[in-house]
Amino acid sequence: MNKRGGEGHPQKNGNVAQQCDTSANLSSPVIATFKVFQMELDTKHDKYERLVKLSRDVTIESKRTIFLLHRVTSVPDAEPLLNEADGKLCGVREKIGQIAEELRGEDIYQFHRAFTAGIQEYVEAASFQHYIRHRSLISLEEINASLVFKKGDEGSADTPSLEPRLTTFQVMPADYLLGVADLTGELMRLCISSVGNGDIDTPFQLSQFLRQIHDGFAYIGNTGPYEVSKKLHTLRQSLGKVEDACYALRVRGSEIPKHMLADVFSSRNTHMDSEEAVV
Amino acid sequence: MSVSNMFSYIQGFLSADQDVREDIRKVVQVLEQTAREILTVLQSVHQPSGFKDIPDKCKKARELFSTVRMHIADLKTKFPVDQYYRFHEHWRFVLQRLTFLAAFVVYLESEALVTREEVAQILDIEVVRDKGFHLDVEDYLAGVLIMASELSRLAVNSVTAGDYNRPLRISNFINELDSGFRLLNLKNDPLRKRYDGLKYDVKKIEEVVYDLSIRGLAKEAKSEQ
Repeated sequence: MNKRGGEGHPQKNGNVAQQCDTSANLSSPVIATFKVFQMELDTKHDKYERLVKLSRDVTIESKRTIFLLHRVTSVPDAEPLLNEADGKLCGVREKIGQIAEELRGEDIYQFHRAFTAGIQEYVEAASFQHYIRHRSLISLEEINASLVFKKGDEGSADTPSLEPRLTTFQVMPADYLLGVADLTGELMRLCISSVGNGDIDTPFQLSQFLRQIHDGFAYIGNTGPYEVSKKLHTLRQSLGKVEDACYALRVRGSEIPKHMLADVFSSRNTHMDSEEAVV
Repeated sequence: MSVSNMFSYIQGFLSADQDVREDIRKVVQVLEQTAREILTVLQSVHQPSGFKDIPDKCKKARELFSTVRMHIADLKTKFPVDQYYRFHEHWRFVLQRLTFLAAFVVYLESEALVTREEVAQILDIEVVRDKGFHLDVEDYLAGVLIMASELSRLAVNSVTAGDYNRPLRISNFINELDSGFRLLNLKNDPLRKRYDGLKYDVKKIEEVVYDLSIRGLAKEAKSEQ
């Protein structure tokens, strides 16, 4: 077979046949239908890319919000920081509104993979802020309730009969779950750094809260999506660290003067941060 | 809402989801069985004896498609219609096989490329998403690509069976298909991977045509017409 391929001559016959049908091809029904497919696929891929980009923006802004919220422990008054985080989250929601707009009339599961990372990060940031403010777990409904967007306000000014369109974004339970799993990592960091600041109460509150979340995940077990079981492992590690910190506080707190506690934890703290970076 | 309430709410949702998947899996299994039966019927065209009664085989296959329609109708009732893509993975494979089988039958009957509308009609599903259970364009294209490799095999076997004419027609058909696929801008996805195999099918058929031409067998076939 190879031998024949090398010689140009024998292929001539085939080529002639091919040439005449490619010229006929341009108007053939097959080509016409494939042009339609081309358009359909391109439209879909473009939409997918736009969603990926939006999702990436959501991820970045959410991460920044989380970093901002970590500063809460080091300042005496948390309220201004929380308000700033509110502002940031508003911006994130706007982006999610754009995602919802892109998905209008589409099957959201078709594009789910494009935006799932961003949504998880948003859940993480929103629930983190909620925890710092209310010391409780934000519910799925609360998250969904904040993701209702009004569109077409300018249009309604001219034509009052036109109702402002309501676009909602529904966070899927699986995304919520994965976001909450990420939240536990942030809570662990919050716990360790608050110990570093000599805050004795927060670690105990956090360990209680983390234990509740851990129990919840244990209850779900392997009914959830595949990623959940992976995150469960990390969650266990975080819980272990927090529990260790509480243990150390209880044991040493009784003998070491309070002002020296910071020293005890500062060495632990760096050790844990480097570990966290890998995760 | 307390943490444990929240988690049991989510758990309820997840187990409902699992039940739906279980139901879908059962129906898809039956569909796969029927698809294999159709394939068995159509495979006999590769045998020398099978060449003579191609119309008969197609008729038989078409009869089996009515069973497919029945099972798909069953599948449609298993999940909410607007969540097609949520469970898409479960039937994606079998739908591609069925598209291939439908395309193969239509090719054997009329030597034309089956349209997406025709496939949808044979399977009794929709073409556009808004109307319900539909045939995704990528699945249709994947099915057509499976057919291309089946045709390259058919070209070889038709020569063995003494039909020197068919490879030439298949060659034209596949070339047209190839130039059609070249119009598409595929992403790096499973469809793209499958499309990359098309060139080997094209090559194989060209070799068959070449073998026939240098031996004058193609001409013989033409004068016979």
